Amino acid sequence: MQDFFDLTLGGISAGAVYAALGLALVIIYRATRVVNFAQPALALISTYLAYSVTKATGSYWLGFAVAIVAGTVLGVATERLLIRPLRHRSELSSIIVTLGLLLVLQAIAGMIWSNEPLAFPYAFDFRGRFSANDLFVVLVVLAIAALVLVVFKYTPLGLRMRAAAFAPDVARILGVRVGLMLTAGWGMAAAVGSLAGLLATPPFLFPNVLDGVFVYALTAAVLGGLDNPLGTIAGGFVLGVGLSYVSGYFGPEMVTIAALAILVIVLSVRPSGLFGRAKARRV
Amino acid sequence: MTAPERKRVLPPLVRRVFFALAAFAVVVLLTLVTDEFTNLRIATIGYYLIAVAGLTLLTGLTGQVSLGHGAFMFIGAYTVALLVNKVPSFPLWADLLLASAAGGLAGLLAGAAAARLRGPYLAGATLALAVGLPALTRRFPDFLGGSNGLSFTVHSRPSAVVGAVPELRWQTWIVWLSVLIALVLVVNIVRGRLGRDFRAVRDDEVAASLSGIAVGRTKILAFLVSAVCGGLAGGLQAFLLGTAAPGSFTPALSLSLLAAVVLGGLGSLWGALWGAVALVYFQAWSEDLADVLHLNTDVANNLPLAVYGVILIVVVLAFPRGIQGGFHRLRGLLRRPAEKKENHENH
Repeated sequence: MQDFFDLTLGGISAGAVYAALGLALVIIYRATRVVNFAQPALALISTYLAYSVTKATGSYWLGFAVAIVAGTVLGVATERLLIRPLRHRSELSSIIVTLGLLLVLQAIAGMIWSNEPLAFPYAFDFRGRFSANDLFVVLVVLAIAALVLVVFKYTPLGLRMRAAAFAPDVARILGVRVGLMLTAGWGMAAAVGSLAGLLATPPFLFPNVLDGVFVYALTAAVLGGLDNPLGTIAGGFVLGVGLSYVSGYFGPEMVTIAALAILVIVLSVRPSGLFGRAKARRV
Repeated sequence: MTAPERKRVLPPLVRRVFFALAAFAVVVLLTLVTDEFTNLRIATIGYYLIAVAGLTLLTGLTGQVSLGHGAFMFIGAYTVALLVNKVPSFPLWADLLLASAAGGLAGLLAGAAAARLRGPYLAGATLALAVGLPALTRRFPDFLGGSNGLSFTVHSRPSAVVGAVPELRWQTWIVWLSVLIALVLVVNIVRGRLGRDFRAVRDDEVAASLSGIAVGRTKILAFLVSAVCGGLAGGLQAFLLGTAAPGSFTPALSLSLLAAVVLGGLGSLWGALWGAVALVYFQAWSEDLADVLHLNTDVANNLPLAVYGVILIVVVLAFPRGIQGGFHRLRGLLRRPAEKKENHENH
């Protein structure tokens, strides 16, 4: 039973990270109907910047802050330079462009910081069962998720962002600057994504470090319905715990395959996710 | 497709077989006049060509995005490696056939799942396939050789040609012969009824199903054909290199295959050829460039990926129809003055 308990606790902190990166995907998907496949790469670059800043100044928290700001800027730039020109194009175009960005940014990270793993620090002590660091990860992610939900639901900014996402034409007539709102959504999402990157990366940082995490985050978001932030956070935690059992009882190599299996099974039963609402397609 | 009737002297299949034979003759000639190094590149273009053609059929024709095609190559490569090691009495053609079949089986499973998914959901699921499958080698290290993979030797040259033809040249011929046979079949599918069904499903699923096309089955068939191509490509790669290792089948491989499809021109099989050539030569050029400029290894190793990424972005933003689209326009421009002249003379 000891094992089971440990695996559950480990799964909760891993799940928090999946939830956070999944949340980043959902914010963008809600606003622009684009799944940002470059999300892990945006987070990767900010994490590398955190590494460099921390190494130069000796302060983990300064690096942390720089990473969040850099992530926001990258998100905004991506929306303005790459996504906006594709507004009226097919779904395939945005998938391919964000994948292209993923390749470019991963390659740039490898060029600057090399493909070799670099030691990247935890925020707090990580030893023992449910360490101080695990607690920090879970609390930060819950706090950020709460903040995002409050912003969306109860602030004028959130109202405008929702309006811009759901009814851009009406919103525009009512004086909402739709483009600005979409950009704000991308910035916000990339900030959350960078946070997830910082939490997910330790102990080692290398260009592909977030590939697996991204697959799980995407799985969490799909489980949640891609449109549903609360569902995604729940999906992240459920997936974290479930995959932790898979890793503990069947071996860590099986985790990605298990995530794929969960994804396929859930989508076969409920094509718009566990918590998503089915949408009628236009005939 | 809409060529005037008088042009069709031969039935399409015969015409395509002749064309493939001619292409094979060109490849043989090319390998005879080039050095060993270039032979290897020609062979590499060959197996990429069939992988990219398969992905073109899937993504370009039926509109299903697969970010996991490297996984089918992985399956094909390991099938060949295992067969050569465990059942050495099998002839090479049987190994390759089984590699294609193994890829196809995986594709059937993936396709059955994918038939219910669309756009970003499908892309995410296939990405998970690309990330997850190579990890299996570490789960079963005794069987699949862990992260070092499996190595083996194939003696494919009949004793009669051992003295006359160098190993690599012979291998290049085998690769291209297999690829051209597969391509003839793929072209027949694409130009036939099934190909029309594929395009109908891509353009409008509802309309397709209203006109009697079984949408789910068509999508699964596209996955099947495409994965058979991927399995064959992986099998040929293993045959050529004598190894199958997880490091060759990273998600980056799957994404660069997609880059090749997009660069060549979505939906055009000729585009697959340009894409495959680009895959091989961008790699080669970036190595040469790194040598000339004395770039450090970090930059040099990552240069091809950066190039593929830039290609994906620039082509989608600026040239959505890819290289083959460019040729098409060029041909249109060249033809228009000629037609005008013709019309002028007629009047």
